[in-house]
Amino acid sequence: MDELRFTLNGQPIAEAEAPPNTTLLNYLRQRRGLTGTKEGCAEGDCGACTVAVLDPDAAGGPAWRAVNSCLLLLPMLQGKQVVTVEALGSSGEPHPAQASMAKHLGSQCGYCTPGIVMSIFEACYRRDLDAPWKLDDQLCGNLCRCTGYRPIREAAEAVAGSCPVDRFQGEAAEATPVDMALAYARGGQRHMNPTTPEALWALLEAHPEARLVAGGTDLSLEITKQFKTLPLLISVEGVAGLRGVTAVEGGWRLGATTPLADIEAALGEAIPTLGRMLRFFGARQIKNRGTLGGNLCTASPIGDMPPALISLRAEAILGSRQGERRVPLEDFFVAYRKTALAPGEILSGVFVPELAGLNLRAAAYKVSKRQELDISTVSAGLAVELDDAGRVVDARLAFGGMAATPKRAASAEAALLGQPWTREAVEAAAQRLDADFAPLSDHRGSAWYRATVARNLLLGFYLETERTPRPHLPYRPTATVQIPTP
Amino acid sequence: MMTRAPHVEGAPRSPLHLPALHESAWLHASGEAVYVDDLPTPPGTLVGYVVASPVARGRITRLEVAAARALPGVACVLTAADIPGINDISPFSHDEPLLAVDEVFCVGQSVAVIFADSAARCREAAKAVVLEIEALPAILTLDEAIARQSWIGQPHTMRRGDVAAAFAASPVQIEGEVRTGGQDHFYLESHCALAYPQEAGSYLVLSSTQHPSEVQAKCAEVLGIDRHRVTVETRRMGGGFGGKETQGAYFAAMAALGARATRKPCKIWLNRDQDMTQTGKRHPFMSRYRAGFAADGELRSFEVDIYADGGWSADLTTAILDRALFHLDNAYFIPNLRFTGRACRTHLVSNTAFRGFGGPQGMAVIEEAMNTAAERLGMDYAAIRARNYYGESPRDRTPYDQEVKAAHNRLRRITDQLLRDADYDARKADIDAFNAQSPLVKRGLGFQPVKFGISFTNSVLNQAGAFVLIYADGSVQLNHGGTEMGQGLNTKMLAICAHELGVRLDQIRHMPTATDKVPNTSATAASSGSDLNGMAVLAACQTLRERLAPVAAGLLKVEPGAALTFCDGQVFPEGEPARAVSFAQVATAAYLQQISLAATGFYRTPDIGYDHAAGRGKPFHYYAYGAALTEVEVNALTGEHRVTRVDILHDVGDSLVPTIDVGQVEGGYIQGLGWLTREELVWSPQGVLRTHSPDTYKIPAYGDAPRDFRVQLLQGAPQPDVVHGSKAVGEPPFMLALGVLAALRHAIGAWCPGQPVRLGVPATPEAVLRAVEDARARG
Ligand SMILES: Cc1cc2nc3c(=O)[nH]c(=O)nc-3n(C[C@H](O)[C@H](O)[C@H](O)COP(=O)(O)OP(=O)(O)OC[C@H]3O[C@@H](n4cnc5c(N)ncnc54)[C@H](O)[C@@H]3O)c2cc1C
Ligand code: FES
Ligand code: FES
Repeated sequence: MDELRFTLNGQPIAEAEAPPNTTLLNYLRQRRGLTGTKEGCAEGDCGACTVAVLDPDAAGGPAWRAVNSCLLLLPMLQGKQVVTVEALGSSGEPHPAQASMAKHLGSQCGYCTPGIVMSIFEACYRRDLDAPWKLDDQLCGNLCRCTGYRPIREAAEAVAGSCPVDRFQGEAAEATPVDMALAYARGGQRHMNPTTPEALWALLEAHPEARLVAGGTDLSLEITKQFKTLPLLISVEGVAGLRGVTAVEGGWRLGATTPLADIEAALGEAIPTLGRMLRFFGARQIKNRGTLGGNLCTASPIGDMPPALISLRAEAILGSRQGERRVPLEDFFVAYRKTALAPGEILSGVFVPELAGLNLRAAAYKVSKRQELDISTVSAGLAVELDDAGRVVDARLAFGGMAATPKRAASAEAALLGQPWTREAVEAAAQRLDADFAPLSDHRGSAWYRATVARNLLLGFYLETERTPRPHLPYRPTATVQIPTP
Repeated sequence: MMTRAPHVEGAPRSPLHLPALHESAWLHASGEAVYVDDLPTPPGTLVGYVVASPVARGRITRLEVAAARALPGVACVLTAADIPGINDISPFSHDEPLLAVDEVFCVGQSVAVIFADSAARCREAAKAVVLEIEALPAILTLDEAIARQSWIGQPHTMRRGDVAAAFAASPVQIEGEVRTGGQDHFYLESHCALAYPQEAGSYLVLSSTQHPSEVQAKCAEVLGIDRHRVTVETRRMGGGFGGKETQGAYFAAMAALGARATRKPCKIWLNRDQDMTQTGKRHPFMSRYRAGFAADGELRSFEVDIYADGGWSADLTTAILDRALFHLDNAYFIPNLRFTGRACRTHLVSNTAFRGFGGPQGMAVIEEAMNTAAERLGMDYAAIRARNYYGESPRDRTPYDQEVKAAHNRLRRITDQLLRDADYDARKADIDAFNAQSPLVKRGLGFQPVKFGISFTNSVLNQAGAFVLIYADGSVQLNHGGTEMGQGLNTKMLAICAHELGVRLDQIRHMPTATDKVPNTSATAASSGSDLNGMAVLAACQTLRERLAPVAAGLLKVEPGAALTFCDGQVFPEGEPARAVSFAQVATAAYLQQISLAATGFYRTPDIGYDHAAGRGKPFHYYAYGAALTEVEVNALTGEHRVTRVDILHDVGDSLVPTIDVGQVEGGYIQGLGWLTREELVWSPQGVLRTHSPDTYKIPAYGDAPRDFRVQLLQGAPQPDVVHGSKAVGEPPFMLALGVLAALRHAIGAWCPGQPVRLGVPATPEAVLRAVEDARARG
């Protein structure tokens, strides 16, 4: 069996002892004595563990990507390069990201600081920070309990996009495609990285009991929070042909292993529904690792991409040795956390049709306790198509957080069909949502709140799209729904 | 005390009162700063794991650890029976066993502790521990505790005037109930302690604690040895906020127990879920009040019954309740009053110190009354507050009869300056105009003054020590009893030390806080760290300088007793820097002359004391002041809201290090904002914390800090009798965030003009949506 091979802070590593379920964070701290990287939560929610991994296939060219080392299993690094805070520089010879944090008093207790430095590190080399929200988004995956963030923001602004010409820039420029191929077993755990579809199908046939994994931002929690052992993982991450956004006849094909950050970069502008939802999705570190396929296949009722994509008439592309089949995305979710995937089948990608020509109003909403780095209380992808007379000819109102699966509001949609697109019609349809959903109360919100917000979002959608049919979000919106103000 | 001379370019310069970086800034940013869990440990070091009660209240019917003990890699499984000394970890009330005996009183209470060679082995062993508990009825809410009269300690009452008559005669009568929620500290570094066994039954304990002396005392008591056998050291914490004042003792004592049992180094580190489910939090409070106002907004009477949820043990609850009572007045004179406070015992984690220490919970009550009165009277939120400020005698007496010295009361000055600089009147008019036009989005502006008492209210604790060592090469080691948790205490102490000794900062090494350097210290808490330790450092340095002065005079060939300047690593006759000798030369000469180069310093706050039974006295050395103006926008469809601008003017006296103080003001405000708008502890009906990690417990994130965040320190305001004219800053700014409630109410009130707003706390989007719907229904 193979060894784990990756480059850590410029040193080639050949690791043959660590069990495959080992997270990079534990490896760094416990086996490598690299304690600059901290653990604040082990669930991707604080950013203290942030490191940077070189992604040669990143949208926009090879780039260092900030990721949560607490959710990264060592085999996911196969063939890759990773740097931790220690490699950036030292107290005597700091990297600009480090110097900026020190000089701006970006640290108080200092515990969050190495992780923030790594997020700013990514920002240093980004060339696409052309809107202020992008820097917010870059940093919102890092919690700081001490500073109140103002000095961190100033530290980040001072160096973001400065593109220092240095070793890291050089390494990114010279990045070559990664060969992730791996079959690694230690301590009763196995991890396979097939790199071709054929190898993947063969593995799936040989190991029907295996769990699939892509970015691991969801699955790894079973290891880091529930302390489960996952004895056999097959990763789709390295399989050729599954990553990337490509324009195809009538729309786009979004590869299942495409990280959400890449989807945001590729389509956030062109499809405001996606751009809006991704703005509120997790945080930069999560979007750098988490994939579209993982988000859909985990089939969470509070997953954010399903409502957005369902409203856009997306189709799931299911792949297997037999070839591909397509199902409308709403039919992909068959029950609570259950998908239409058959044994031996994976999600290969998603087809999103081009809807630009239609008289379409579309937007996405996400309501949570905190706007950044939070899970939805209620989310929605809402789209209506009008005829020339202003009557609704198609309505797709998809909600998350309202039922056991991401679900369309059949009665509310029916109430709208054929009606003129007016406030009265929308308010009447909103009342029908009570027939479509019986939401639960939990620690994220009460049933009352969910039901009220769902109704209000529909009204908000009407008001918001009165002026702009497919609106983008402004910088730092107060709310997910933008009501025109005087 | 020295006064500041104007600085001449190029001349030697003291770092005091100047902007500076955090003393560890470069270590933080490079990842080189070391926290307990980062220390390399010798091979064989064991890791610990707490077996915690899954039941809120019950009788332990079976506890068997033999099977767990027998598992591979497990070194020991310790229960109460294995404690050689006293099984008590409480700070003073003796109601908190380190490991449960016979009964458990909350989910998360420690029952046993396992030491093994890995965390995974510990978890396996934990599953093998047989723990059976017969559940008993538990009290899980404050209301239940009040109904069942489940108290901790005695009631505490303050009175003045005839409150019933004054209320009856008041044209505006308000009765209400205020609830404020708990708050998890969420320091980014969870609890950690590492204990090394040393020779002759001694122990070295490295602990992430705000209170090394108490950790030392508790370890010694638990082990049944004298305190001199335990040395506790704290280099730095990754945040404390009060959560490491008493709570660290648990894990340190367990690690020490493990080290005793196994003769190996033992470490306990809590993961986030363990930290959140096993340690205490900010106290939830419930208060019922009656307030009488005159038609012009003057507060005539205020009657409050205030209840704190202490959790299952006393911990610091009674002191926290006291501070809540001491701050029921906030900044306002109250002619007629009765305040009664009661601490309640429930079967939840034992609540503990958290920035503000009851102060925020107390102030929230009178601020609610002020907001409601303003809404009823149609008065401006800022105006009604200013109307009630403390003033000249007789309006200068607090409810506990301490004088609020009019000469030192800077609140009017702060208010005037802040409202002017922040353009209050114009912005408020703009907002009212906006609100009149905008049906579903409203804005609000909330003004919040704060007066906060500085000193431990248990007067004995107001003492501190320092120990300063000069080596013969002129380098210096600085020790004091305070701990660094990010607040910048060490940066300030370095500035004082450099100033007093006249050395460069790079000549001083700030040592970890250690109980073998400075004994019997108080917790670094109550915002008092730099006031108390700063005076002690100053005293130690002055002693040393007095010893060095004659030596320097000899080297400089001036009269002994001639005026000398010690500055920036040089010593010279006053006004003659050209004649300087280096501090190192002076240190070397002193050594050769056989002069002691180490000195201690000590300080105790003078003239404070409080008569608890009478409810009168002078608990505070002085008051800190500040004010904030918070602007918000509220969305009526989702209840989402955002703070769009904050202006703060805060009084830190003559700041020791202004950049550090600004950081405390900003960080405190945002933490307060989290408490009031986001952070929600949700418990199951069985007393299990559901929001036990950042997935579900939401502290403020990057975008919650307003883009427009303007913090100013009040200039030209030295505080008499405090080190170098400075003032404490750690806690007071937290309460400035109460202004967000006034701001939200201003916005929501636009849907129901002339009627009070009913807004629950924390003002999450759901709570705000409820308030908005309620306002729209009435409006
Ligand atoms: C801190 C944090 C914040 C988050 N925020 C959000 C958020 O705001 N909104 C949201 O919706 N989610 C959020 N998530 C959840 C998660 O990150 C996303 O669902 C992410 O898209 C999952 O992608 P992944 O590649 O990491 O999935 P993985 O963890 O790799 O896999 C998830 C599941 O999908 C299966 N799977 C993956 N790829 C395929 C495939 N191609 N074919 C078949 N099965 C497959 C796996 O077997 C696994 O069961 C968050 C998670 C964390 C830790
Ligand atoms: S440890 Fe918190 S995000 Fe990884
Ligand atoms: S500096 Fe302490 S958490 Fe950020």
